[in-house]
Amino acid sequence: MAMNRRSFLQVAGTASLAGALPMALKPSSVQAAGDTLTIAYNVSLPSWDPTTGLSSVNPGLQSIWKSVFDQYIDQNPDLSFKPGVLTEWGWNADKTRVHMKVRDGATWQDGKPITGEDIVWNLNRAANPESGNPVGGLIWGSVGNLKANGNEVTGDVNAYVADFFKWMAFLTGYILPPHYFEKVGAEGFEKAPMGSGPYRVVEFVRGSFVRMEAYDNYWGGQPAFRNVIFKFVTDATSRVAEVESGASDITLAIPFEEYDRLKGKSGLTGVTTPVSDIAMIFFNDIGPMEDANVRKAAVHAVDKEAIVSRLLRGYGVPLHTLQAPEYAAFDPTTTVEYNPDLARSLLAASGYSKDNPVRFTIQTTRGYLPKDYEVIQAVVAMWRKVGIEAEIEVYEVAKHYELRATDTLAPAAFYNWGDSIGDPNDSTGFAMFGPSPHSTWDTDDLDAMIGPLWGEKDEAKRITGWKAVDKYIAENAYVLPLYQQVQPVIHRSNLDFTPHVANYVLPHTTKPKG
Amino acid sequence: MSHWYLINRLLLALPTLLGAVTITFVLLRVVPGDPIAMMTGPGATEADIAQLRAHYGLDQSIVDQFIIYLGQLFTGDFGTSISLRQDVGELIAGRLPVTVELVVIAMCIAVGFALILALKGVYWRDRWPERLIDSFIGVIVAIPDFLWALSLILILGVAIPVMPIFGRMDLTISFDSWTNFYLIESLLRGRFEVTRSVLYHMVLPAVSLALPLMAITARVLKSCLNAEMNREYITLARTRGFGRLRIIYREALRNALVPATALSGVQFTFLIGGTVLVERIFGYPGIGNMAIDAVINRDLPLIQGLVLTFAVLFILVNLFIDICITLIDPRLRYA
Repeated sequence: MAMNRRSFLQVAGTASLAGALPMALKPSSVQAAGDTLTIAYNVSLPSWDPTTGLSSVNPGLQSIWKSVFDQYIDQNPDLSFKPGVLTEWGWNADKTRVHMKVRDGATWQDGKPITGEDIVWNLNRAANPESGNPVGGLIWGSVGNLKANGNEVTGDVNAYVADFFKWMAFLTGYILPPHYFEKVGAEGFEKAPMGSGPYRVVEFVRGSFVRMEAYDNYWGGQPAFRNVIFKFVTDATSRVAEVESGASDITLAIPFEEYDRLKGKSGLTGVTTPVSDIAMIFFNDIGPMEDANVRKAAVHAVDKEAIVSRLLRGYGVPLHTLQAPEYAAFDPTTTVEYNPDLARSLLAASGYSKDNPVRFTIQTTRGYLPKDYEVIQAVVAMWRKVGIEAEIEVYEVAKHYELRATDTLAPAAFYNWGDSIGDPNDSTGFAMFGPSPHSTWDTDDLDAMIGPLWGEKDEAKRITGWKAVDKYIAENAYVLPLYQQVQPVIHRSNLDFTPHVANYVLPHTTKPKG
Repeated sequence: MSHWYLINRLLLALPTLLGAVTITFVLLRVVPGDPIAMMTGPGATEADIAQLRAHYGLDQSIVDQFIIYLGQLFTGDFGTSISLRQDVGELIAGRLPVTVELVVIAMCIAVGFALILALKGVYWRDRWPERLIDSFIGVIVAIPDFLWALSLILILGVAIPVMPIFGRMDLTISFDSWTNFYLIESLLRGRFEVTRSVLYHMVLPAVSLALPLMAITARVLKSCLNAEMNREYITLARTRGFGRLRIIYREALRNALVPATALSGVQFTFLIGGTVLVERIFGYPGIGNMAIDAVINRDLPLIQGLVLTFAVLFILVNLFIDICITLIDPRLRYA
């Protein structure tokens, strides 16, 4: 059919309308103003209470909360500790009492001063089982009888917890304004949150974004950007598109392939930082894992350098213990050699070979962590070469938590262990101590070594003790640490962005360049 | 159609809803994933875990939990979200308008373009434009909505950045909505900059959702129209000297609409399901996006509330379609 005048006009008209639609609808000013920092963030904020509930122990949310709320104690980008709303803290000589001092001039975002009473209220609330603080019992309940005298706070130690003050910079270690919280209640607080941090919440659309404005009287000074928008862009491809199209200034947690592509683009800069997340394989003390030769062979057969360099494109740091280099108990002398020949001879001593392999199941998530399934495929291939035939079982992370809580994980299970305060209690301790609900390995010899360290009051002795525990674990192959995760961040080249080992993307430490 | 018909249909929906509630409740407690195990960070003790389990009522038997849940439902209480710690009913009421606006616009786009394609295809039957339309429909129908979403983002958001790829409207505009139906409310309140921004942000997600539905509807409608064009009444119309255009529009279309409308109803329910991924990709704050978070967090009360909402929507949409079909075809009114 030849196109006649009418059909030509119809086609041309439709095409023009379709082409003109974006222009017709496009608002006059879609570009954010120069004093606004827009972050395409990978996690959606479920709650404005960073001290209670399911989300409070989600490490991915801390950047948003740290923008609005103060922590008792803060951390530098290298994980070292620095004053937060507390300027002084510590124990008495025999560690039966605690003392803290609240910063002079620190105020809530309604202008009221932060007092010692406010700190007492927050610590008591965290320790109260009815508040729903997930770590209230062991951590916050370890001190009591708290008293305020002006800006000074004192209390008794109920049970000595060596990293109690470190937790003040960790999960749930935030302060909420008691006068405001009691006035509006928990639901009112969710609708109109208020903290004492560098930014105050202006608008929050659940599941979409939060817009913040600098709090003028913040004790830490004015941040460089007056306005901050956290967009909750939970899909990695969409985050890439956000920063590539210029709709957002910073994004994180994108595939390494995309990171390598974007960092070379004009106007964009990439930064990767090893963060406080460790990819590891739990061993469960069941079946073949009760055989030391099998465990040791499984550990010696894995070439972590190859996994990092080839599979992760170099974005990872191979590890031999559950301590990253930034952690307090990191000991570079504890190493586990990659030696497939040794692995073969160990297996041979137990009667296994490539022709008669030892068989067990390894569990892993798929897509929960960067390249999780691919890493386990690589590990299984390396094991196969020495005489270990592992069957991969894929599960959701929710299933992992459930199985770990009931100590019913498979003989091997891949996981990511985070510890942004770098204390051995929270890395090797909770991961490997039998009575801990988070551990998988559960044997008397190891528990006997770890047990006394929980109450050890001599800090140097405690750290030395944990180093010895890590060495013992490595020698006996009770766990297979793989590598320290690396966080890729892409931002506009005209920004001065400070990466943080705790994996934070903090707007108040981000500035325009120059 | 009598009022009794409507009442009868609504009464029949109750067992369906009860079935949906029961199956969802049981399934969620059988499938792996313990919300309490997920929320216990390092440092939590067994006592902490037991306390949390009691706090959320998960320490009771499944039967007891179900009885309590049913009792709450009858009083309009959907429970409290574990992850968001807000009333589930309020949460869904806040997000549902977002999704409803999106799917209605997507449906309008789909049906509108499907009509054009089908009518043009029949008008140009056995000529090259028909083959072009058929090929176009074939390509569109082969690609799922989430892939359209990603493709549109890459083309119109990144390569030629003319369209927004995130959110419901421009983040610099403030709109204190009473109903959360931004589109309608902004029109009624004369806030046309909001209307424009909402429409602008809705284009890509709505088109992503609409494209597969449009293709399927166009294919069915075109097929029905072609079948009608071979019927005797059409031959009679031709012998009376009516033009091809008039025959298609005035004679065949009405009869061909019945199966196409029925199909659209079924597809509309899939459209609502499609919002789960598309809303996620575009950061659109509807119930689809919320459903993913609820599943990831094993937020049992929220998942139950969302499934119930989806079930109610499906029932209402099917009822609406049945009414539409009855209105289109008088023969069905007294059937």
